[in-house]
Amino acid sequence: MAGKDQTNGEPILSVRNLHVNVGDQEILKGINLTVNAGEVHAIMGPNGSGKSTLANVLAGKPEYIVTAGEMVYKGQDLSRMAPELRAREGLFLAFQYPVELPGVRAWQFLKAAVDALRVHQGQEEMSAREFDQMLKEKVALVEIDPDLVRRSVNEGFSGGEKKRNEILQMAVLQPTLALLDETDSGLDIDALRIVANGINQLRNPSNAMVLVTHYQRILDYITPDYVHVLLDGLIVRTGGADLALELEAKGYDWIKETAGAGA
Amino acid sequence: MTQALSRTDTYLPDFQALQRTAETGGQTWLREMRDNAWSSFSHLGFPTARRGNEKWKYTSVRAIAYADFSHPQDLDPDTGAGAAELKRIAPWNDDWMNLVFVDGRFSKVLSGGTGNANGARVTSLADAIRSDGELVQEYLGRYASVEDDGFTALNTAFLEDGAFIHVPDGQSTSSVVNLVYVTTGRSQPRVSYPRTLVVAGRNSRTTFVESYIGLCQEPYFTDAVTEIVAQEGSRVEHYRLLMESTQAFHVGHCLVYQAKDSEYESASFSMGAGLGRNEFEVLLDAPGASCSLNGLYLTTGTQHLDNMISIDHAKPHTKSRLLYKGILDGKSRAVFGGTVLVRKDAQKADARQTDKNLLLSDEAEIDSKPSLFIYADDVQCSHGATAGHMDDNTLFYMRSRGLDLEAASRMLIQAFAREIIDTVQLQPLRDYLDKIVLEALPTASIRLGGGS
Ligand SMILES: Nc1ncnc2c1ncn2[C@@H]1O[C@H](COP(=O)(O)OP(=O)(O)OP(=O)(O)O)[C@@H](O)[C@H]1O
Ligand SMILES: [Mg+2]
Repeated sequence: MAGKDQTNGEPILSVRNLHVNVGDQEILKGINLTVNAGEVHAIMGPNGSGKSTLANVLAGKPEYIVTAGEMVYKGQDLSRMAPELRAREGLFLAFQYPVELPGVRAWQFLKAAVDALRVHQGQEEMSAREFDQMLKEKVALVEIDPDLVRRSVNEGFSGGEKKRNEILQMAVLQPTLALLDETDSGLDIDALRIVANGINQLRNPSNAMVLVTHYQRILDYITPDYVHVLLDGLIVRTGGADLALELEAKGYDWIKETAGAGA
Repeated sequence: MTQALSRTDTYLPDFQALQRTAETGGQTWLREMRDNAWSSFSHLGFPTARRGNEKWKYTSVRAIAYADFSHPQDLDPDTGAGAAELKRIAPWNDDWMNLVFVDGRFSKVLSGGTGNANGARVTSLADAIRSDGELVQEYLGRYASVEDDGFTALNTAFLEDGAFIHVPDGQSTSSVVNLVYVTTGRSQPRVSYPRTLVVAGRNSRTTFVESYIGLCQEPYFTDAVTEIVAQEGSRVEHYRLLMESTQAFHVGHCLVYQAKDSEYESASFSMGAGLGRNEFEVLLDAPGASCSLNGLYLTTGTQHLDNMISIDHAKPHTKSRLLYKGILDGKSRAVFGGTVLVRKDAQKADARQTDKNLLLSDEAEIDSKPSLFIYADDVQCSHGATAGHMDDNTLFYMRSRGLDLEAASRMLIQAFAREIIDTVQLQPLRDYLDKIVLEALPTASIRLGGGS
């Protein structure tokens, strides 16, 4: 494969034959995906193919019903875990559409998130001073406007600010598995570089990332180990970083034509 | 007129007893005022929703009309409540001027604080009637008309005590005036008639807190009237806290008169009362007058809470801002009825009213019917009302960061309430409200919104 050396670590996520419904409608139709420590996976695919559904079902969004298959995260069956438990176990979803929390101060929200995580790990809650210090460092790391953490979470943020705020949260929570759902969409060129830098700085051999994206350009900064193509609820093709270049050049039609056999 | 429920006889013996007492009853004008109010009350009775009475469309006061409340003359206000308990429950600050009223009467023993009235006069109404008769007579009942409101008529028929704040021209109350109206437990159901009169002179400044507190579990009834006169260029900051006990009936009527360039700011917090009604009537009677009314109501169990707010833009260049928020749980019911009236010659009037509600249970119910009547053409007006459950997607977002459902919903409810608490400019009061609102917020039975 292209990109990095193949020094695969322990499996972090293993998705087998995953079928997911929203209401009566089947959205995911048998997904298989294994993500090992140290790896970066990119998931690409046309609008409506099920990329966000996959990310959301992994994070535990209640309205997505698993009708068949399994999702194993660090040896545990995800479908039996509440969303907050998944988060406390180190799973993080950067939302395609981050939610505004009017009146909820970013500081208070992030502190509560960090404390929930620490208490789960048997540690004490962070002192306000210690948290302040840590937050300051992360704000510098992701080059976000320090004013944003004094405001209500995402309220009135621009599209790009919301995406950067997701990366800040990720930097604060230091997840084992980060699912980034189109975090690169809607970013200007500088912001894209900053977000990519932030992501790269958070990469290490014991964690892993799944980037959902429509664009090759983020992959110029973050080289994926694998690129998967999701089409109509199925991963129809998996390749290395060069697959993203090919998709950029040729679009999805050629894959759609050959997908029948791949599925 | 829009009446029916008479049952006024229940109050007659107490009324006659009051009129016989020497003390304040000795003032002829007051005696006549009461007589006049009594005849109004016996004619009006208690309001009903019948005959298209929009003001009482969603709130029935039958339970008040059919109860036997009494108001004996021989209660000692100094022994009714414990000072320590009061300081713990009521908003209190030793730097303020704290005036305590027990069952409607001023308690010298329980009142206190180092606050200084400066050039202002802050006293019990009974005292003021004795010593400042002319001034009191000039304003008392001037805006709280007994002609069309049974509750105001009843309050006025029993007018005896309460609070009086008079700030002369150009002066300011250098410290906060804190009025605490307490009802204590006694064997027979009680009614009290708190009355507050605030006269803010030209270019004066006043800040006062008015709270209604129940220290008993038995049913009781508070029939309160507050009159505020804001003269030219004055500024009045008014906080109103409803913390009656769950068995209590409370009907409060606050009337505000605003002269040229006066500013009136109020924040009303309703945490308690089994059946509660807060009525505000603001008259913007000269150019440059502006008011800002904020409110937060928390209801649970089988509580019924009604906010009725009328703002009258009578003159051009007047401005009003109204933001009320409700958090409803259990089988509680809240009503928001606001009327903003912009009269024909009130050009350049600027009015905004908003009511937002968060429903925590399926059985809670809100009737939010703010209305706008505009008869001028060059105005800026807006109004809106919303009600909804907590949003699933929002809760999922928060849970995906590790917060459990309870922590997430508490954080959202608090955030919803904070917008109103943050309008409180008195730091000690804001801290106090932060604490009690937090305690009053429900923790269980969070009902989630419909799918995304
Ligand atoms: N909550 C939902 N209710 C109804 N339909 C849904 C829901 N979530 C997803 N779907 C449907 O499932 C399909 C896949 O949606 P999904 O958001 O996963 O696509 P996507 O690949 O992320 O698309 P995009 O690139 O536009 O973000 C779409 O047809 C969408 O309408
Ligand atoms: Mg998507």
